Order: sequence, then structure tokens, then C-alpha cells
Amino acid sequence: MAKSIKVRAKVKGGVTVVKALISHAMETGQRKNKKTGEKFPAHFIQEVTCSHNGNNVLMADWGTAISKNPYLSFKFSGASAGDTLKMSWVDNKGESDSVEAKIK
Amino acid sequence: MNTKRRSFLKSSAAAGAFGVAVSAGLIAPRAVLAAWPKAAFESADTNEAISGSLGSGSITESSDIALKAPEIAENGAVVPITVTSKIAGTESISILIPKNPTPLTATFKMGSGAEGFVSTRVKMSKTSDVLVVVKAGGKLYSTKKEVKVTIGGCGG
Repeated sequence: MAKSIKVRAKVKGGVTVVKALISHAMETGQRKNKKTGEKFPAHFIQEVTCSHNGNNVLMADWGTAISKNPYLSFKFSGASAGDTLKMSWVDNKGESDSVEAKIK
Repeated sequence: MNTKRRSFLKSSAAAGAFGVAVSAGLIAPRAVLAAWPKAAFESADTNEAISGSLGSGSITESSDIALKAPEIAENGAVVPITVTSKIAGTESISILIPKNPTPLTATFKMGSGAEGFVSTRVKMSKTSDVLVVVKAGGKLYSTKKEVKVTIGGCGG
């Protein structure tokens, strides 16, 4: 299921800019099914981790208010082109995914 | 029975030591990450959400945090937010939306080498301030900006 994350990382002047798109429903648990009046159960990403050479460069705790198909961008220094960046997420149902990308 | 008691004492002592180590910042953040702050994320109270996820303490308003958000969001389901913190030693950036059912939206913890910059998209149920709280050197700094929402992002 490694297709849920798209990551691009690019080094410029020693700073790596990471841009990621994750495809996920990010259901809040507040939305109602109009036919039955029942609420859709919450289903959202809780934790996102991004690491480079075994060091965590960014760890995010997310709530339900992150948009559907989340977008995330951040910057870090200390990487060079060709390095591998690893990104993973875990949601409230225990589902997870991870992906590795080459830094350009 | 005695052995059980022994191991219980051992484990509780270990847990105690772990707690101390975490608060002293000795253990890598990965270990802390395992504890997703459920209470803080489910709290409907902004102050409670801040104290639950970042710890209590006075919050200083700071002009060193740049918050980029639209003045008017046509679609509350997708509100782009970019935060740049120029505060030295930024440890984490939290985004809160006080008028959402649960204000705490996200906490980004900066690891080794990460800069005080994060960009993402959030949902907003109605017109509200977007509050950003930055933790640096154990202190909390904040900035906020109002975003007008024409269509809510939490279904209907």
C-alpha cells in the first residue's frame, strides 16, 4: 500500500525542502450520512514521521481537522542529494504506510 | 507471588525513570511520539488543548512567527496554512482553530536539523482565528490570524 504517499525532496543551498501528499479520507467523525442520520466513524492520520539517515527530522501529531488527502511541507538542513528520506504515517485504526524517496 | 511482586516493582520503577528521562529530554523524541495526546486532541477547550499537548505555562505573543493564511477561505475544508518561526531553537509548531469542534489541529515536532517551517492544509468549520503556538526553549510563543470561512469544512 505504499502508494498513499507522494514525496518530493530537493536540496537547495544546504536546505532540503520536503513536500508530501498523502491520500487519506481524514474522516472527522462529525459528518453525518444524510440517508441514515448516522455519523461516519472517525478515520484520520494521527502520526506522521519523516526521517533522514535514521534521524527523525519531523514528527507530527495530527487531529481530525487536517484536510482530506493531507499536504505537508517542511524544511531541514543536513542532507545532500542522493540521500534517502523516509516518511510514514499511522492512523487511528492502526493502518499505516511508509515510503522512501531519494533527495534530489 | 513474590516474584510477581518483584517484577511489578521493577516495572513501575522503570516507568518512573522513563518519565523522568523524558521530561529531562534524554530520550529521543521517537519514544515520546508513541503517546498521541488523545485528551488534548479531543478537548473542546483551546486552553486545555494547549496545556494537554504542550504543557502549561504563559504564552507570549511573538512577531517572530509568520503565519500565512487566506483572509477569506471559500472552502473551509481546505485552508492552506504556512507557518515560519524565526525563534531560535523552535521545538514544535502547533496549529489550533479555537472555533472548531476540537481546536487542536496539529503539532509538528522539529527533529534534528529541521527548520521552523511547516505548511499544510486544514479544515475550518466556521470563521475563526487560527492560532499558532510555537514551543522554543521550553517557552510558548503564539500568533494568530482570522480566517473568514464562507462554507464550513465539517460536513453539514
